[in-house]
Amino acid sequence: MTSEQLAATEHRVPRDDASAPRRNELSTRGLDLRYGDRVIVDGLDLVLPGDAITAIVGPNACGKSTLLRGLTRLLAPAGGSVALDGTDIHRMPARALARRMGLLPQQPVTPEAITVEALVRLGRYPHQRLLSPWSTADQAAVDAALARTGTDVLREQPVDQLSGGQRQRAWIALALAQDTDLLLLDEPTTFLDLRHQLDVLDLVAELHAEAGRTVVMVLHDLGQAARYADHLVVLKDGQLAAAGAPADVLDAELVKSVFDVDCRVIPDPESGTPLVIPRHRPAGRRPPV
Amino acid sequence: MSKSATGVAAGAPPTSARRIPLLLAGVALLALCAALSLALGARPVPLSTVADALFGGAQGKEALVVTGLRLPRTVVGLAVGAALGVAGAVAQGITRNPLAAPTTLGINAGAGFAVVVAIYALGLNQPVQYVWFAFAGAAGAMFFALLLARRSGDIEPVRLALGGTVLQLVLLSWTSAVMLASERTLDEARFWLAGSISERPLDVLYPVLPTLVLGLLVALAVTPALNALALGDDSAQALGVPVARIRLAGAVAVVLLAGSAVAVAGPIGFIGLAAPHLVRPLLGGDHRLLVPGCLIAGPLLLLAADVLGRVVIRPSELEVGIVSAFLGAPLLALLARRVAR
Repeated sequence: MTSEQLAATEHRVPRDDASAPRRNELSTRGLDLRYGDRVIVDGLDLVLPGDAITAIVGPNACGKSTLLRGLTRLLAPAGGSVALDGTDIHRMPARALARRMGLLPQQPVTPEAITVEALVRLGRYPHQRLLSPWSTADQAAVDAALARTGTDVLREQPVDQLSGGQRQRAWIALALAQDTDLLLLDEPTTFLDLRHQLDVLDLVAELHAEAGRTVVMVLHDLGQAARYADHLVVLKDGQLAAAGAPADVLDAELVKSVFDVDCRVIPDPESGTPLVIPRHRPAGRRPPV
Repeated sequence: MSKSATGVAAGAPPTSARRIPLLLAGVALLALCAALSLALGARPVPLSTVADALFGGAQGKEALVVTGLRLPRTVVGLAVGAALGVAGAVAQGITRNPLAAPTTLGINAGAGFAVVVAIYALGLNQPVQYVWFAFAGAAGAMFFALLLARRSGDIEPVRLALGGTVLQLVLLSWTSAVMLASERTLDEARFWLAGSISERPLDVLYPVLPTLVLGLLVALAVTPALNALALGDDSAQALGVPVARIRLAGAVAVVLLAGSAVAVAGPIGFIGLAAPHLVRPLLGGDHRLLVPGCLIAGPLLLLAADVLGRVVIRPSELEVGIVSAFLGAPLLALLARRVAR
C-alpha cells in the first residue's frame, strides 16, 4: 500500500468487522510513543504483515513492549498513528477493536481463586452485551480455546495453583476465546523453562498454521524468533534497525550493531534458520558494562 | 509471572446450581433478621403481635412501637445496609484493592465533617436536616479523592486508596477541631457521628431513594466490566473495556450509594468492607453475583449488628455504627493477615 492510499483510508469512518477488507495488517506511521517526557519510540514507520507470525526483538529497553502497547492502544501515541488494515485503531470503538485484536500482556493479574474456565470465559467480554445471555457460540469458543491450548483438563482448577507453563497456556486460551484474527503476545516465553517455552511457541505456530491467526510477539531469544517467525522486526533505541524475513535480516553485522555482541550466525542445524552463536569472550576482551 | 490480586476475583463457573440455594438462604436469613429487628428492643414484642401490627392493623402500645419505630428503623436498615454492601463491592472492584470501602475512600469522613460544620454554623439539630449536607460532604470528599488519584485521564487504584485514607484522616481531625470549639456542636453531632438507624423516620429515607436506585443501577451495569478489570488494566482494555470510564462510573455508583447511606444513618463503617468478603467465599468473585450477594449481605450484617446493639445493654442500646465497628475490627485484622500472607 502506498502512502497516498494509506492517507486516503485513514479517514474512513470505522465500520464494524464485515465491510472492511481483513488482512490483519498492522502499520504505524511516524509513531511517537512516550512516557511523560521520555521518548521511547521515535517516529516509527512499520508494516507488520497480515497472515504471518511476526517477532519483535531488540535489546532491553529498546521499546519492544512499549511498541506493543502502542499497537494495542494501551498507550496513546504522542504523534503519528497506528492502523489496522488502514483504519486508525484510535478511531475504532473499543469493542470492535477487541473483536479484531487480542493481547496477552507481559504480567497479567490473576484474580484470586478464579478457575481456568472462568478465566477463559472472560475472553468473551467483547462479544457480549449487558443483558445478553451466555450463548452456545460463547461456550463453543471457550471450549475450543481450552482444547486448543490443552487446558480443558484443567478447567475446574484455580489458575493461581497452576504451574507457570500451564498458567501461560490458560492466559493464551483467554486470548483465543476472544476469537480475534490478530493476536499480540508480550514476551510469552519469559519465566518459562525450555520445554514450556517450546510448548508455547509450537502452540503459536499451530495457531497460525491451523487457525489462520496473525501473530505478533515480543521475544528475547533471537534463535527462537528466527525459527518461529516469518517476519522479524528489530528495534534499537526506539527506532527500526531492520525488518524482513529472518534469513534476510539476521546476520552478524546486525547483532553487533544492535546488541553490541560479536557473533557468528550459522544455519540452525534443525531448521536451517539463522542461529546466533556469540563469540568467545575472554576476560580481558569484554566490553565494559 | 502473574501477580495475584488477593480478594478480587472474577468469572463464574457455568453452573449456578449451588448459587441459587445460597442466595435463597441469604434472603431467608435476612427475613429472619428483619423479623428480629421488628420484635426485639427495649420492649420485646412477640412475633405474633408483630404480624398483627403489620398486617392485621392491630392498635395498642406494642403495635405502635412496631409500626411507628421499628418498622421505619428496619426499612432504613435494609436500605442503608444494601447501599453500603454494594458500594463496598464496587469500591473493591474498581480499585482491585480488598481493603477499599466507603470509609477508606474518605466518604464517611467527608459527610461527618460537612454535618458538623452545618450544625456549628447553621444551628441544625435534626437528622432530617443533615441529609443533604451529609450527601454533599460525601460527594465532595470522594470527588477530591478522585482528583488526588487522577493520572493521565485515568484514576490510579493505589493512589485512590492512599489519597482516600489521607483525606479521611485530615477530615476527621478538622471534624474534631470544630467539635472542640463548640460544645453545642459536640452534643448535637456525637450521636449522629456514631452512626445509627434509630429514630430515623422514613422521611429521612425518601429524599435519597432516587440516588440509591440510580447508584444501584450503575453498579449493576458495570459488573461485567469489573470482572474484566480484575485481570489488570491492560488485559481489560485489550478486551474492549473502556477502563477509565468504567472506573469513573464505578466511583459515581459508590458516591451515590455510600453518600445516600451516610446521609440517612451517619457514618457506619465495616459493612461496606465486610459484605464483599463475606460473599466472595460463598458465591465466588464474579461481580455479577457478588453485587446481588452484597445486596443481601449488607443489610444482613447491618440489621444483625443493630439488633445486637439493642439487646446487649438493654434497656439502653448501642448505636449500630459502634457495634459494627466492634465486630468489624477483628474481621479487618483477619483480612490484613490474609492479604499480608
